[in-house]
Amino acid sequence: MAWFHKNKQPLEPPKEKRVQTEGLWVKCGACRRILWKKDLEANLLCCPRCGHHFKMSARARLEMLFDHGRYVEHDAHLASSDPLQFRDTKSYRDRLRRAEKATGLKDALITGEGLLAGKPAIICAMEFDFIGGSMGAVVGEKIARAIDRCLAQRHPLVIVSCSGGARMMEGAISLMQMAKISAGLARLDEAQRPYISVLSDPTTGGVSASFAMLGDLNIAEPGALIGFAGPRVIEQTIRQKLPEGFQRAEFLLAHGMLDAIVPRKELKAYLARTLNLLGAWDS
Amino acid sequence: MRSEIEKQIAELERYAESEAVREEIERLRQQLAAGRDGFQPTGPATDAWDRVLLARHPQRPYTLDYISALFTEFTELHGDRRFGDDGAIVGGLARFEGRPVMVVGHQKGRDTKQKLLRNFGMPNPEGYRKAMRLMHLAAKFRLPIVTFVDTPGAYPGIGAEERGQAEAIALNLREMPKLRTPVVVVIHGEGGSGGALAIAVGDRVLMLENAIYSVISPESCSSILWRDWDHKQEAARILKLTAQDLQGFGIIDEVIPEPPGGAHNDLGQTAASIRLRLSAALNELSRLPLEELLKQRYERLRRLATFVEESGHRAAG
Ligand SMILES: [Zn+2]
Repeated sequence: MAWFHKNKQPLEPPKEKRVQTEGLWVKCGACRRILWKKDLEANLLCCPRCGHHFKMSARARLEMLFDHGRYVEHDAHLASSDPLQFRDTKSYRDRLRRAEKATGLKDALITGEGLLAGKPAIICAMEFDFIGGSMGAVVGEKIARAIDRCLAQRHPLVIVSCSGGARMMEGAISLMQMAKISAGLARLDEAQRPYISVLSDPTTGGVSASFAMLGDLNIAEPGALIGFAGPRVIEQTIRQKLPEGFQRAEFLLAHGMLDAIVPRKELKAYLARTLNLLGAWDS
Repeated sequence: MRSEIEKQIAELERYAESEAVREEIERLRQQLAAGRDGFQPTGPATDAWDRVLLARHPQRPYTLDYISALFTEFTELHGDRRFGDDGAIVGGLARFEGRPVMVVGHQKGRDTKQKLLRNFGMPNPEGYRKAMRLMHLAAKFRLPIVTFVDTPGAYPGIGAEERGQAEAIALNLREMPKLRTPVVVVIHGEGGSGGALAIAVGDRVLMLENAIYSVISPESCSSILWRDWDHKQEAARILKLTAQDLQGFGIIDEVIPEPPGGAHNDLGQTAASIRLRLSAALNELSRLPLEELLKQRYERLRRLATFVEESGHRAAG
């Protein structure tokens, strides 16, 4: 029985991609052109030829959004306690260690506090290369604390999602993070502090079915895969090929699930403008 | 029993265009093959996989069975006022020990026709929106809410995605903590991931002894980690999805005992056990001032934090 209605993202980034990003040249997944890595990086990891948005690391995301790339990181020392003592073909602890080595992070989310176009904000960014950006107790606790900080300091909150959903290796504890974060967002909502959810590729499963869909504004990057069930699960369920563009950001916009699709280059200005219009920094 | 299962398979095969039906067929076939169509552990179920089988037992009581056994004057209310009426979620007004309440729950079907009508207990977005509508209605009139959880998960389909399955679940998760009335959750069968959680945020979470609650099914977990379904029993063990495990984590508050062999052996006795705890929980919760109730509901979730603080604070920026 498939209860697992989230994207079956590979647990580790596929080898092919690693090889691609290690060299000087990168192949665009959309237009298949070979790009010079420096050009790509200079263009905020968007293909200079076709505009395809590559995945962005959590660090790069915060550096892009905060003024001069500067911010103070909160709760960086939180790490998983492996509450289930989970072990399949290898132990969860090993997976955590490897993910830490690969990303330099202790879990799949960074919370930063800094200035966004001159005004204070708290931004959380998810790291896909940390076990598929999956949400366990650490991601849940970090977002809950980010919400507490926003409530205490009256800062607006931005969360950039990039995740296959809840983290299987923390079982029902990771499931509960959906409820815990959403309950925190209810408080932010009642306190009338703005929260903008930015959905990047991919945002599925328990992350889309909780905080990623609960923004005062829900905005997405072009072409991002967004959904509750992963496309493969749906394909297996209905035994049909899915229509072209299904569960892409443009599809969600057309179905009324998003406020806007915002290209990465315009993201910072968009956030600053809308937060200002919402009165995020009026005293 | 055996011929009954074969008959069900034959009936279902006529509807085999949907995966839900195909999975059901597969499940029935497995039952036949295993010769455990009358699966009855002699003693208490000890292995997690035994409980998975009991939680999904074809004779296990469903939400409407408990509603008839526990409530009077049940008056079903339909529809989400936006798109439709989802048969996988039932709800309505009722009386519990004389006092009006709102009841909401997942509903599975017993025979083929009912299974299709109930979509195997897998709600679409309109089901979650109906549930939320009824819960808001309850809060408006200060009726306590009782939810019954029993679903393999939210339905993964094209229509469900088009109508915002993720948003529907997410909104319930944000709204339930705000409900200004007591909410008691009874997990009595399968607690399948976000599709279960979407009606399972409350002040007290009670769980039947052989019910399960998990972020992923053992089958899917097995297929991701081992690339096959053969490790589902091991997956059930490592996922820690039993009531006992979850009580240890503070995810559920109380384990409700079942009669020997499982709830399906004695609906009356199971319902009596639920009544006892439900009654105590509602009495206790209705004595709390509303603000205190909401504070405790939030703190109950906020406490679900397990992590370690490692040294080596990284400077950033
Ligand atoms: Zn390109």
